[in-house]
Amino acid sequence: MLILECPCCGVKAEETELAPGGEAHLKRFGPGSSDEEFEAYMFARKNPKGVHFERWRHAYGCGKWFLAARCTATLEVFGTYPAQTTEPPAELIAKIKAKRPDWKGWK
Amino acid sequence: MSARLQKGGRLIDRSARMEFSFNGKKMQGLRGDTLASALLANDQLLVGRSFKYHRPRGIVASGPEEPNALVALGTGARYEPNQRVTTTELFDGLTSASQNHWPSLEFDIGAVNNKLARFLPAGFYYKTFIHPRSAWKHLFEPVIRRSAGLGKPPEEADADHYEYTYGHCDILIAGGGIAGLQAALVAGASGAKVLVLEQTAHWGGRAPVDGDIIDGKPAEDWVRNALQALEAMENVTLRARSMVSGVYDHGYVLAEERIADHTPGDGRPRKRLWRIRAATVIAATGALERPLSFAGNDIPGVMLAAAARDYAVNFAVSPGEHTVVVTNNDDAYRTAITLKEYGLQVTVIDARPAPVGELPSRARALGIRIETGRGIIKVKGGKRVTGVSIGLQAGEGGAVEDIACDAVAMSGGWSPVVHLWSHCGGKLVWDADRALFRPDAARPPLNHDGSALVWPLGAANGALTADAALRDAVEQARLAVQSLGLDAGAAEAAIADPVEEGAILPVWIMPASAGIELKSKMWLDFQNDVKVSDVQLAAREGYVSVEHTKRYTTLGMATDQGKLSNINGLAVLADALSEEIPRVGTTTFRPPYTPVTIGALAGEARGDIFQPLRKTPMHDWHLAQGAYMEPVGLWQRPYTYPRAGETHEQAVNREVVNTRDRLGLLDASTLGKIIVKGPDAGKFLDMLYTNVMSNLGVGKCRYGLMCNEQGFLSDDGVVIRIAEDTWLCHTTSGGADRIHAWMEDWLQCEWWDWQVYTANVTEQYGQIAVVGPNARKLLEKIGGMDVSKEALPFMTFKDGELGGFPVRVHRISFSGELSYEIAVPASHALAFWELLYSEGQEFGLQTYGTEGLHVLRAEKGFIMIGDETDGTVIPQDLNLDWAISKKKEDFLGKRGQQRTFLAAKDRWKLVGFESLDGSVIPDGAYVIAAGTNEYGFRNAQGRITSTYYSPALKKGIAMGLLLNGPARMGEVVEFTAMTGGVSAQAKVVDPVFYDKDGEKQNV
Amino acid sequence: MSDPVSALQGAVSQGFARVEEIGPLGMITLRAKPGTKGLVVAIKAATGCNLPEARKITHAGANSCGWMSPDEYLLVLPYGDVAKALAAIAKAMEGTHHLAVDVSDARAVFRVTGPEADQVLRKLTPADLDAVGEDEIRRSRFAQVAAAFWPSEGGYTLVCFRSVAGYVMGLLTHAAQSGSEI
Repeated sequence: MLILECPCCGVKAEETELAPGGEAHLKRFGPGSSDEEFEAYMFARKNPKGVHFERWRHAYGCGKWFLAARCTATLEVFGTYPAQTTEPPAELIAKIKAKRPDWKGWK
Repeated sequence: MSARLQKGGRLIDRSARMEFSFNGKKMQGLRGDTLASALLANDQLLVGRSFKYHRPRGIVASGPEEPNALVALGTGARYEPNQRVTTTELFDGLTSASQNHWPSLEFDIGAVNNKLARFLPAGFYYKTFIHPRSAWKHLFEPVIRRSAGLGKPPEEADADHYEYTYGHCDILIAGGGIAGLQAALVAGASGAKVLVLEQTAHWGGRAPVDGDIIDGKPAEDWVRNALQALEAMENVTLRARSMVSGVYDHGYVLAEERIADHTPGDGRPRKRLWRIRAATVIAATGALERPLSFAGNDIPGVMLAAAARDYAVNFAVSPGEHTVVVTNNDDAYRTAITLKEYGLQVTVIDARPAPVGELPSRARALGIRIETGRGIIKVKGGKRVTGVSIGLQAGEGGAVEDIACDAVAMSGGWSPVVHLWSHCGGKLVWDADRALFRPDAARPPLNHDGSALVWPLGAANGALTADAALRDAVEQARLAVQSLGLDAGAAEAAIADPVEEGAILPVWIMPASAGIELKSKMWLDFQNDVKVSDVQLAAREGYVSVEHTKRYTTLGMATDQGKLSNINGLAVLADALSEEIPRVGTTTFRPPYTPVTIGALAGEARGDIFQPLRKTPMHDWHLAQGAYMEPVGLWQRPYTYPRAGETHEQAVNREVVNTRDRLGLLDASTLGKIIVKGPDAGKFLDMLYTNVMSNLGVGKCRYGLMCNEQGFLSDDGVVIRIAEDTWLCHTTSGGADRIHAWMEDWLQCEWWDWQVYTANVTEQYGQIAVVGPNARKLLEKIGGMDVSKEALPFMTFKDGELGGFPVRVHRISFSGELSYEIAVPASHALAFWELLYSEGQEFGLQTYGTEGLHVLRAEKGFIMIGDETDGTVIPQDLNLDWAISKKKEDFLGKRGQQRTFLAAKDRWKLVGFESLDGSVIPDGAYVIAAGTNEYGFRNAQGRITSTYYSPALKKGIAMGLLLNGPARMGEVVEFTAMTGGVSAQAKVVDPVFYDKDGEKQNV
Repeated sequence: MSDPVSALQGAVSQGFARVEEIGPLGMITLRAKPGTKGLVVAIKAATGCNLPEARKITHAGANSCGWMSPDEYLLVLPYGDVAKALAAIAKAMEGTHHLAVDVSDARAVFRVTGPEADQVLRKLTPADLDAVGEDEIRRSRFAQVAAAFWPSEGGYTLVCFRSVAGYVMGLLTHAAQSGSEI
């Protein structure tokens, strides 16, 4: 039962107030994309034991989507940030690297 | 015999006698008793039968670890099976009954299993009931089900009520013994918000029983003072009778509070489930005493040494007149000393060659006989202990002496209660010197920020003596406080008088080199009848993993979850495998710590508030009219309105015919309604829908389809354009929240620079469909708006007034009839509905329900999301190509639909079916194709998606998907039946069965 | 036209706290980001309230304005004033991107009052009531449905969707039963 701080309203919401939305930072491929690109967009998902970026919606609260970086093994939360971005904030990446020196990066 | 002593008993009130019953026998107890102490006071040693061998069993423990003494409490609507007598507080009028025997506790036929024990070894079930296969269903399973299992399930609905409470604190302390209270004093002094939960009704834990001296006073006095100090702190909350059952991620803690277990029927909730969010958790959960494994250690009268002490000190109940205390450590001497001081006869059998501690010295000084280097070879007796044979612990089992006794108190050492530490991943370390697993501070369970989540302290952290426990409590509680960035300042640290204890001698089998005969009578898991010989057999058969051995032998799988058996069992396994204990390791500790009543887990969710049923403004009116309701998502909708003497089928047919011939009224309020507004709203809707919405004229309606990114149909509905920058999207009844969330997802996460706002206004309006040839007449009668064909043509809408109500009237039709869908503010919807109903009578108005709606739409070949679609159907499969824009470069699902499989020519596509004999084809039936597939199943070439009796056509009609369907009109196909064979033959036809040219709706 | 009726027509239950369905009450959902031209004026004109900061609710007499999300406000006012308020908002925000919509009939409103009113809420929502200030509105879960609440005279005001009004009344009544005080 995670607690994630919604970056949109500042509420520390518990998991029952949130709705999960799968992997973050997927790039949408529409008409004109190759089969490989579309397959990757639709189906290829990371399943790391370790640092992972996810989409969450504060469904029972402000209703906003946000993104979270957490460790799937220890459930440590490195940070949450608004969804209006195509990549994690630099300071969050730096924080994760400091805590997980072996981490290969988010891509 | 066990009996009530003439003096003592710190928890009982001798002036308050209470009557209770056990197996129908009336007995007397005292206020403050547990059911266990009251039974023992009545010399009721035999309280149950074991699971497999139906061996007679008595009370072993005095707390939640009790494996044997499970009884059924109460009767009727307050009946509850499998309750531990040791944690049941006695009340006047309590009724209890033993379980797992037939015909009676004293004489149990199942005990024949005991004689067959050598034929029922570990893995017996796996080995025996394999052949012949049919015997499992008809012979083995019924017999096993009758003879296995514990209590019977209740037959009546629970008379009690339950509830949740959400708690929030900085520091949750589980356990109200001296370590927990000391930790609370430290935590409280820091100013943190502290919640202390104690599973029993009493504070102080074992210390008052053990006679510890704290700050120069008896432990009981210190406990009283500590409680006073804590109660004076505003930031500290104390709750007794509250068992922490589990610690979960990020400081989520579940606890069960027993409120009215001991005061049944007083109107209070029986139990309350606490759902707590703690910034950090302190586990002051103490330790549990381990049994010793000697032959006959399960005979009634054999109990844990500390339990014997508890019964004497707390309840003034003696375990027997002569108790043999058998031990491998000093602590059990406290029991010997206590019993001796009560004037009872005691003999100590100590497995250690030369015990030297302070406690053995005191025992010797009291004149207690102590046999060292000895063990119990076997216990004598059947339904109660009559004596023990003793011999060398280091030997093979030769008896040197028989001692007559009526009770045995055993102690194999103590195991810290590490459950709460382990639930969330805390690791353990084996402390070989003290023969126990304790929390490994270097590998704690982690909190959301990667710091330690749980702080074990006191006996739970391996600090078994009072002085060590208090020191550990202060130290660990300070660390817990610091982890929150707080400071405990000058919190008082209590000091207990140290008692020098000698070293424990790990003893896993008694005697050490016992043969198979003895080992076959040494119980590890009392409840599940797992013996030393079973674990050794499992090891011989190749079960090297403790997790596998657990499942093979059922060791630790009983309702006590191995609280007494796990450590002994894995030590035996380690020995059999010639491995070190820490290398074998423990099985996983999982919540709950002790069983939690299902009622508490359900909380308030029962009866009318089991789940949130959504009701339209006309809900009560429907019920008053005798509507038969059906769930649509969480909505409650009228299925049909049967009249006296009508079947549902007759009622539906009547409603359909009346709507086609005269006038029908439908509550369509559940239809989803989402406003989409903004400069980019048109562009946004063009991405969302497969067709174009941006060019819809203001005042116009257009049917639209929504697909997911894979291209599969997700929702449909009519979109209207309210203003230049504002649209309103109707969704399916179950789909409003999902589609609103879908819209917000794209707006927030993909196209966040588009200027669009949405609002879900589904419940703002009651929506009423006025349907049928007389629809216009009714609206013209109530008046207020020109609803003529010219003023309000098909697929347009208008805002205005009808009958004095503010309305939006849509000329849309899901029935093929002349139809007006009218939205009216929900606060006026019932009044407007009643107006239409009464004014419509002269036009033959009747209400119709969802089933009539389905028949009407199926006769017209209109699809229904969830019937014609199942998440694998694209609009093209339903011949909806006309609603898919060819011009748009992109819309959600467009790329998905271009995938080769979906773009293929030979797909199952929508057609109608008319059964040859007029019958209704079974729903979901497959269209049979020639041949079988690789698994031997018949091939299919299509399936039914909607099937109804059509009153208009007076025969069964169906819609379905058929391979290359539209090209096969007129062909006759066959359908599967549930029973095998063919259920129907039908002709492939156009799915529009009725009024193909739409003449009726467009008038 | 009939008189507007609230979902439960003023149902009341009395346990250790009093639970009362109130309304009909006027409510407007106003979607606009803070800083949008005319927003402050619109809210003032519609309700008399100041623009609330994140998670806050402002009041002016019986009217309120709650911060619902970074681009959404809930305006609370008498049922009969909604049309006038919508017109005032439209005027103040003309030409700016916003959405103002009447949601009065889509909601049910409850008052939970009494010295232990907080306990009723604590049994139903995972939100930490001690972390909700006197001037805050909190959106959260109540058992199985969404709801928003804020501290008000003698207890709390709670808003949920109209269709589940009966369920929420049942929850509050169950939680407020005499003898079940925490």
